[in-house]
Amino acid sequence: MKQATFKQLIEDRNAKRPVVVATNLATGDDRLIYPDADQDPMITEALTALRDDKPQNVETDEGPYFLNPFNPPLRMIIVGAVHIAQPLSQMASLSGYAVTVVDPRTAFATTERFPNVEIITEWPDDALTALAPDHRTAVVTLTHDPKLDDPALEVALKSPCFYVGSLGSKKTHAGRLNRLSKAGFSDEDCARIHGPVGLAINAKSPSEIAVAVMGQITAKLRQAEPR
Amino acid sequence: MMTYSVSENHDQVLETAMQWQGEGKKVALATVVSTWGSAPRPAGSQLAVDETGKFVGSVSGGCIEGAVVTEALTILQNGGTKLLEYGVSNDEAWEVGLACGGKVKVFVEPIG
Repeated sequence: MKQATFKQLIEDRNAKRPVVVATNLATGDDRLIYPDADQDPMITEALTALRDDKPQNVETDEGPYFLNPFNPPLRMIIVGAVHIAQPLSQMASLSGYAVTVVDPRTAFATTERFPNVEIITEWPDDALTALAPDHRTAVVTLTHDPKLDDPALEVALKSPCFYVGSLGSKKTHAGRLNRLSKAGFSDEDCARIHGPVGLAINAKSPSEIAVAVMGQITAKLRQAEPR
Repeated sequence: MMTYSVSENHDQVLETAMQWQGEGKKVALATVVSTWGSAPRPAGSQLAVDETGKFVGSVSGGCIEGAVVTEALTILQNGGTKLLEYGVSNDEAWEVGLACGGKVKVFVEPIG
């Protein structure tokens, strides 16, 4: 990889800019392709690579090209700095997510409880609006307090985030869906919420519940049917 | 409570490569460019190697890393790039194969 390509790629990663590295496998020559490079002869394949987060091999007159997409990191927004949020934020970090914990209750949201995690103590609707969840973001609410969870869910359901999950029993979840429906959300919107949250693995401890949630988010991200 | 950040060797292959360059080391990059069958790491997976043989990242489940590092060290000495192919079906051509029965193509290049 040319030094200039390498340096720019690192800069783009730091700036969270999506970019594709196009490498000619015969000559070793390379260049960067950005989503707005509509004049680039390989822009279609580059956009596909970014969208699917999957490399593309392209045969050209100049030889075989390998298009490697570098998307900004996955993000997880956890509402509720509760016990489950502690192992979940660690598992999410290990899985490559940039994690933000949102909780206006400052007794919960402390750096002692959440080292190396971004903590926001604004109200969840303000916090989520500012964070602007995108198609690489998972939103999980864990407070099972409507005052905190509902405002977050209302922002999440209006966003293109790829996963929404909400802790709470079946009864709690039914009440939640009822409130959201009264607030004007369609059945289709409400069906986006995974609740009760997590894969059905009889998780008991906070760490096990975090595994169930992380597994469900991974399945959604990779479009798998858990079995 | 245990503290940690996303570990250096997890999705930080390029950043680690840059750090090694900053220490005055020559660095090569290996990238999985295609796979067939049950290859353990998908296309796009990367491994960086410095001139002392230190490496970060992965291109398989540990089956071919040793061979790829050797090739990378040769490239760091002699220059050029190489497209390597590994798989169970051609272990006569290569000394190593993939126990999983998959096949991978790995592109190795110097950085800079």
